[in-house]
Amino acid sequence: MSKHAHVAQLTVAVSDRDHTIGPADAPVTLVEYGDYECPYCGRAFPIVQEVRRRLGDRLRFVFRNFPLTQIHEHAEHAAEVAEAAATQGKFWPMHDWLYRHQIALDDNALLEGAGELELDVERVRRELTDGTYRARIREDFMSGIKSGVNGTPTFYINGVRHDADYDIATLLAAIEQAELADSRR
Amino acid sequence: MHGEPAPDFALTTADGQRTALHDLRGSPVILAFYPADWSPVCGDQMSLYNEVLPEFERYGARLLGISVDGMWCHRAFSENRKLHFPLLADFEPKGDVARRYGVYREHDGTTERALFVIDGDGFIRWRYVSPVDVNPGADGILEALDALNAGVSK
Repeated sequence: MSKHAHVAQLTVAVSDRDHTIGPADAPVTLVEYGDYECPYCGRAFPIVQEVRRRLGDRLRFVFRNFPLTQIHEHAEHAAEVAEAAATQGKFWPMHDWLYRHQIALDDNALLEGAGELELDVERVRRELTDGTYRARIREDFMSGIKSGVNGTPTFYINGVRHDADYDIATLLAAIEQAELADSRR
Repeated sequence: MHGEPAPDFALTTADGQRTALHDLRGSPVILAFYPADWSPVCGDQMSLYNEVLPEFERYGARLLGISVDGMWCHRAFSENRKLHFPLLADFEPKGDVARRYGVYREHDGTTERALFVIDGDGFIRWRYVSPVDVNPGADGILEALDALNAGVSK
């Protein structure tokens, strides 16, 4: 019988399939598992933006989907629209749009967003109907589950789950610590 | 490798049914003790497990949530979070089952955040007690179910 105690680690490494922003060789990679309808993720959004702004090229940020579909009825489609936008080269603009429009994320609103970002809206609509990105989102979700994601948002700093708060100061301190550890390797 | 026999119990679920552990023989059972309904976070432990349920089902496993909350509280919580698995009320005598599993918290009258994976023969094969304010996630459960499968196929 095993008593199970470990620091949760990212089990699926960041790769080409991920949505990343910042240099691939940045000393620190911050991965977020998030849900577009989750209010806590909504609060984390400007924090992550500020942390990215302050750290510049020292940070690579990665977002993976973790929609809690049973409590957030629009979370799955919101994630699918972000993936549809990625196909059209606009993942990050859509990601940001979704977090700025959290209060209305029904399908009509999502397609309006696609229009605002000048995407091929008909294509997005069709891909939403066909569930084109459903499997990919579930892959993200399961990679999170296997890495010990235990709520949204969950962050990993250089592959290790960040269990402390995610206010700007705490997150920055944790990232800078990881950067220091990286420079000593 | 077999663990110790899992203490048997029969408790009422949110919809008023009696669920007994011995009735579930033949399937692995995941027993998830948690302190209380209505923890004030998104993606609380039970909502998370609700999303992972299809994976647990791939192992033929049955998931039971269990806390000292009563049946009506469980019903409201379960409906609110749209849970697709039973919540058991360890309500009368309060915490009796939690005590038998060694996870009752005397000082605050709730239970630990404790996970047990019980095999189809009723033996405890894995247990984990999380710090009460840390949602343990589902990775440990899936690893335990994998180990159970590996053991069976040997």
